[in-house]
Amino acid sequence: MAMTRTGSTGSLVILDPTDETTADSRTALERPASLDGLRVGLLDISKARGDVFLGRLAELLAERGVTVRRYAKPTFTKPMPADLRRQITTECDVVIEALAD
Amino acid sequence: MRGVSVSTELRAEVDLPTDGFVAVVKQDCPTCRLVEPVLAALPQVTVFSQDDPAFPEGVADRRDDTDLDASLALDIETVPTLVRFAGGVEQGRVVGWSREQWAELTGVAEIGADLPEYRPGCGSRTQDPDVAEEILVRTRGGSLRSRRLEIAALEDEVEALYDRGFSDGLPVVPPTPARVLRMLDGTSRRPDEVVAVVPPNLVEATVEKVAVNAVLAGCRPEYLPVVLAAVEAACTDEFNAHGLLATTWGAGPAVVVNGPVRAEIGMNWAGNALGQGNRANSTIGRALQLVIRNVGGGRPQEVDRAAMGHPGKVGFCFAEDEEGSPFEPLAQSRGVAPGRSAVTVFAAEGPRGIVDQISRRPESLARSLALGLRGVCHPKLVRGFDATLVVCPEHARVFAEAGWDRARLEAALDEALLLDRAEITRGAGGIDEGVPAGDSDRPLAKFRPGGLMIVHAGGGAGMFSAVIGGWAGGPGGSAPVTREVDPWR
Repeated sequence: MAMTRTGSTGSLVILDPTDETTADSRTALERPASLDGLRVGLLDISKARGDVFLGRLAELLAERGVTVRRYAKPTFTKPMPADLRRQITTECDVVIEALAD
Repeated sequence: MRGVSVSTELRAEVDLPTDGFVAVVKQDCPTCRLVEPVLAALPQVTVFSQDDPAFPEGVADRRDDTDLDASLALDIETVPTLVRFAGGVEQGRVVGWSREQWAELTGVAEIGADLPEYRPGCGSRTQDPDVAEEILVRTRGGSLRSRRLEIAALEDEVEALYDRGFSDGLPVVPPTPARVLRMLDGTSRRPDEVVAVVPPNLVEATVEKVAVNAVLAGCRPEYLPVVLAAVEAACTDEFNAHGLLATTWGAGPAVVVNGPVRAEIGMNWAGNALGQGNRANSTIGRALQLVIRNVGGGRPQEVDRAAMGHPGKVGFCFAEDEEGSPFEPLAQSRGVAPGRSAVTVFAAEGPRGIVDQISRRPESLARSLALGLRGVCHPKLVRGFDATLVVCPEHARVFAEAGWDRARLEAALDEALLLDRAEITRGAGGIDEGVPAGDSDRPLAKFRPGGLMIVHAGGGAGMFSAVIGGWAGGPGGSAPVTREVDPWR
């Protein structure tokens, strides 16, 4: 029988085979010393005026020769969709996330 | 209309009329289309449609059951089904179209007078294979307690399972709720029942957690009772899975299966009995090891300190050939009643063959096999490690023809394995390793009493038995443990 992906947005839900003492999320990477040569993502969590903050940040980074990719969560009230998280991890080395109001 | 609420176990409560008729139909079914005017003419009928919400025409109380909640609540297997309720209690039901039965249930004598006498119905949508998985999860998924993990659509699920550390190095089957529910059909035990406390982290493993790992391992549901018995046996103080894991010695748990369950689940005890190629053999042993890895937290280069290990630590399980054996089955020799199924877990290195194509006398063959056993641990060391001897059918035939039973062979092996101190003392043979020099000349027994286990398995051709070295035996190490399978069915 074909596997059915039953989670939201076509993700696959599986059951944790472990004792569940470890966090489901991964640990953060070390903060890089510089942005030279890194792929930078700007993540707007869709909170008010976060885009303004990130827009200014993109300008400042551009002055230093850093180009960015922009991403946005559909809503700040819910966790990021797994596919967007996956997309960012494959396309970026570092992410700057804006929390604003 | 006052309603009766019927729970579909997990979620929606379906409102059904207290009194009157309920019909479940689908537009796709010719018999349902045939009875369309009959339903339209019935007073006090509620019709649930499994596919087209606009079907059937002419019915005042027509309800959309494309999500199949009402069909599940009413346990519908065939459409059309007509059910009569009175006072909230089902009074009777008719499946398919039968004028006589519909007339009787409805009390309308002339019902469907222009229709044929009888037409069988069609399968309910709840029986469709394409919705079976979703319905399984919807109706019974609430019984599962394991944390749900989400793998993104852009992730490869097999890679994701590697990334999360759930694998022993080979691909694992994603344990979706549907697969775990189907696995749990292999046992009558409740998912939340505790099977054992699993070392090294001393974590309670529920039936559900074992089932999740059995899915990972590739087991079929009918293997689950064997896996559960193996987990129970391995997590005993006598077997000491923690010590076996934590030792730098490379042995791991092996499982030998006895009794009717062997044939019921298609295990192999014949050619290549200890090898690959049989799903039950390969996956049951693997499921036990994945439980120790994932639930107990026992991972190589962490608490598993083995210097070498061996390929069978992915999973090592086989069945005994009882039918062709001159010996009493292993499980019976360990106290299990005849006709009952059991597992025996024991500490195991990889097997090593012993060739003897010449011996036709049992005395000669026993000495020959003893010589092979002498190499366990080290040829000059005694009473350190246990061992298992897997006697092949062609060797067993020699013992059978001489009328030797298990006890006779054990006695002959014990005698042949009384080692001369002069050969095994430290320094003897120019080898520093060996037993310390003692003040006695008494020969030393290679194995502790009960430290040698005999099993019969293998292909019909080839005078090649196998030695499976173990680990430190007895209370300070690991002793074989037998547990019955049937309590886990």
